[in-house]
Amino acid sequence: MGGDKEKSVIEKFLEDNVLFLGPDPEIMESHKMAPISEREEKAMAGFSNADQINLVRHKLQTACNESFDMVEQMGAAPGAKWGDLISGVWTMHGDLAMASMGGVLIFSVLTQHPVKFILKYWKDDPTVGIRPGDIFMHNDARYGNIHNTDQSLIIPVFHEGELICFTGAIVHEGENGACEPGGMPSAAESPFDEGLKMSPFKVGENYEFRRDIMTFLQNSVREPKLQLEGMKSKLFAAMRMEVRVRDAIAEYGVDAVVATLRKTLVDTEQETRRRLSTWPDGTVRTNLFADGTLRENCLIKIRCELEKRGDELIIDFRGSSPEFLNRANNTVLASLKGMLAQEFLSFVWPDLPRNQAVFAPISLRTDRRSALHCSPDAPNAQSMMTFFPSFTAVQIGVPKFLYSAGHRATDVIAGWYNMIVTFLYGGVNQYGELVGNVCADLNGMGGAARWNRDGEHSIAPIFAPMADIGEQELIEEEVPLMKIVPHKLMRDANGYGKFRGGHGYQQIATMKDSSMWGYMCCSIGSKFPSTMGIFGGYAPGCYPLCKVKGVNVFEEMKDHRDLLRFTVEEIMNEQPFKGAKYSTHHMGLQLEFAQPGELYMITQGSGGGYGDVLEREPEAVSREYLDDLISMNTVTNIYHVVLDAESGAVDVAATTAKREAERAKRKKLGKPYKEFVKGWETEHPPEGVPYYGSWKDRSLIYRGSKDDTCPADNIVAVMMRDPKDVRIEKLEAELAAARAQAKG
Amino acid sequence: MAKHSVAITEYLEIDLDAERWHCRRCGHDIGSARSPYKEGLLVYERDPREIHRPILDPDKYEFTYAPDPSWCRIIEFYCPSCGTMMENEYLPPGHPLTNDIELDIDKLKQRHAQGEGKSDAAG
Repeated sequence: MGGDKEKSVIEKFLEDNVLFLGPDPEIMESHKMAPISEREEKAMAGFSNADQINLVRHKLQTACNESFDMVEQMGAAPGAKWGDLISGVWTMHGDLAMASMGGVLIFSVLTQHPVKFILKYWKDDPTVGIRPGDIFMHNDARYGNIHNTDQSLIIPVFHEGELICFTGAIVHEGENGACEPGGMPSAAESPFDEGLKMSPFKVGENYEFRRDIMTFLQNSVREPKLQLEGMKSKLFAAMRMEVRVRDAIAEYGVDAVVATLRKTLVDTEQETRRRLSTWPDGTVRTNLFADGTLRENCLIKIRCELEKRGDELIIDFRGSSPEFLNRANNTVLASLKGMLAQEFLSFVWPDLPRNQAVFAPISLRTDRRSALHCSPDAPNAQSMMTFFPSFTAVQIGVPKFLYSAGHRATDVIAGWYNMIVTFLYGGVNQYGELVGNVCADLNGMGGAARWNRDGEHSIAPIFAPMADIGEQELIEEEVPLMKIVPHKLMRDANGYGKFRGGHGYQQIATMKDSSMWGYMCCSIGSKFPSTMGIFGGYAPGCYPLCKVKGVNVFEEMKDHRDLLRFTVEEIMNEQPFKGAKYSTHHMGLQLEFAQPGELYMITQGSGGGYGDVLEREPEAVSREYLDDLISMNTVTNIYHVVLDAESGAVDVAATTAKREAERAKRKKLGKPYKEFVKGWETEHPPEGVPYYGSWKDRSLIYRGSKDDTCPADNIVAVMMRDPKDVRIEKLEAELAAARAQAKG
Repeated sequence: MAKHSVAITEYLEIDLDAERWHCRRCGHDIGSARSPYKEGLLVYERDPREIHRPILDPDKYEFTYAPDPSWCRIIEFYCPSCGTMMENEYLPPGHPLTNDIELDIDKLKQRHAQGEGKSDAAG
């Protein structure tokens, strides 16, 4: 046999005998729309009246919004109740053409991947196929999702035997059988610790779930009833949308629906390009540093270069941190794109339709096996810990284009707070049922300052402008988690500036009436701020997890109400409960069981500030002081305002003089650029700081120390040590030293 | 603002005729618009605890709401003339400063000569 012939035989054999269909790079690495097909062209040629298209578009948009409301009302998962979902319509080729106005817009640019997988692999597979009434679902982020706690459900819509589109919904369902309850295990050290790994698959036919599959899924999670209920609510929403599509077909014809879906994508891309073309051409750069993996503190570099040319934007993340093979903070490239789309859909052009085409003129450059483009071998349950900072890197870069742009749909804005400061929980509730999920408090992120006004306090999550934080009383009806202080704004912890970031609230939680109850937290930013200000505005500060163990506050409350304090600052600094253990930690807490009445305290973060603090209106500083949002220290030493401590009355002349003195001081302290750089820049990252990513040269990646590097185009994944082993080693060294000292 | 200038940030504008960065507060000539504007500013390294005070007692706790100064420093950039803080960066000690804005000046001039790109920004 000749070499070529032999090769083709082997290739054919391999093609015919695929042993495993993993995530398809061809599908997963492209966020572009499918080419316009002949069928779509024919439909668009026949149905081209703009007014008619607008009518059909509104009809379908209303259907998406209606289905969103259905899932939000019917869903039992906390994520569903508070808006962590979208519902939508995909074209016959799998592109998301329309989505609900509310909810988590990250989904808008990554839900097409599983639909395209279904089309490519299952449509013509005799063992699967796509037929009317089929129900598909998936959750594995490696096939297109934010993380595995989100579950999608999609049904095909046929008309006279022809596949017209898909309808469906994606919801943050929470519990998924991972190594920790609640669906977002920061303890995951491999993809196999992350619970259910549903590649796109068929779970039902004739609009009914298969009981055998449902039973398998329910047996795979800690909340079997929630699994069933979540799937049913998504199915009914998808079916309602199918009815609405059929209504549109009946009223306008099938070509009208096909044409409208495709035309919506075409128009959206065209408009996005038009808007991009009004930005100045050039390059904007940002460097951000995530300060941990949720298991340990370390510096994870996010290097971002935004290159805008004509009507295209290239976002270059090369030189960012390598992937962590045994940590959950890696992101799949598609998930990163979804999060970045959020910037444009929520913060830059919120008036554009919610669909995949908004991101079409935007391209990404990443290093393979970086934390921002991880391999399928790396866990990604906490991808937010790298894609949120990546989002912020883009968000604080965009204003440098947008400020002088010819078209603006929104305000120029600083960095929104970008971490999910909330409690995940797991255990037995007051009704004796095993539960595991997440509190919607994460939705109370502080808003960023804008060019013309302050950021709102605890207003909305970075990923969903219309989500809610839920009602504490309703939460307490379902789980034994109580908040001694549910939502009290934190003093002195926001981003200062000419306009300041909105404050975040303190959450002081405890538990009662449970035989077994544990907490988890998943946020970074305890040593290095996670979001930033712009144009001279400061970042917010850092946020720790605080605990008071060895106390039952319910017992204390019986006879010693005077001991109670209602801020983290007072509880931790005054230590009112004798014999209790007070401690602080980074906000990566793996499942930790607590006793009734022990306190776990976290603080929702603030948005970044905008502009120079010395330009803040003194009266605005006074108002914040009187509202106890800032201390006299901040009034005096940050804003350089002179005011009366009792009345808040501003001494205008003294303030002007004080600010002038501060400006003069800056001019005295500041060094010319070149002189400063000479004394500042170092060849390598600092000793003693575990640093991951490039330093001076983006092609050289540091892997934790200055002596451990790899090339950016051939990244060697990082394996982290078990933090407990690290601690044991440290304690053993201390013990040995103490023994040696005792011996003399 | 000079006759043919465009505001790029709250504090920076480019004089398109002279191709120079200017301070929008005092008009100070910072430098060539084809070079990084930061090279014309004063730079100061600040301990982050001066801005983000430890809310919890640092003698009692490792994490205090303040950034860790051995991990994070604030680099502030001031106008040499009026002392306005035009920008800042939060960086690990010794990390190279970021050349954050590099615009295509020729394209910018072309766009504004054609009357495009007029901003509705404040100021």
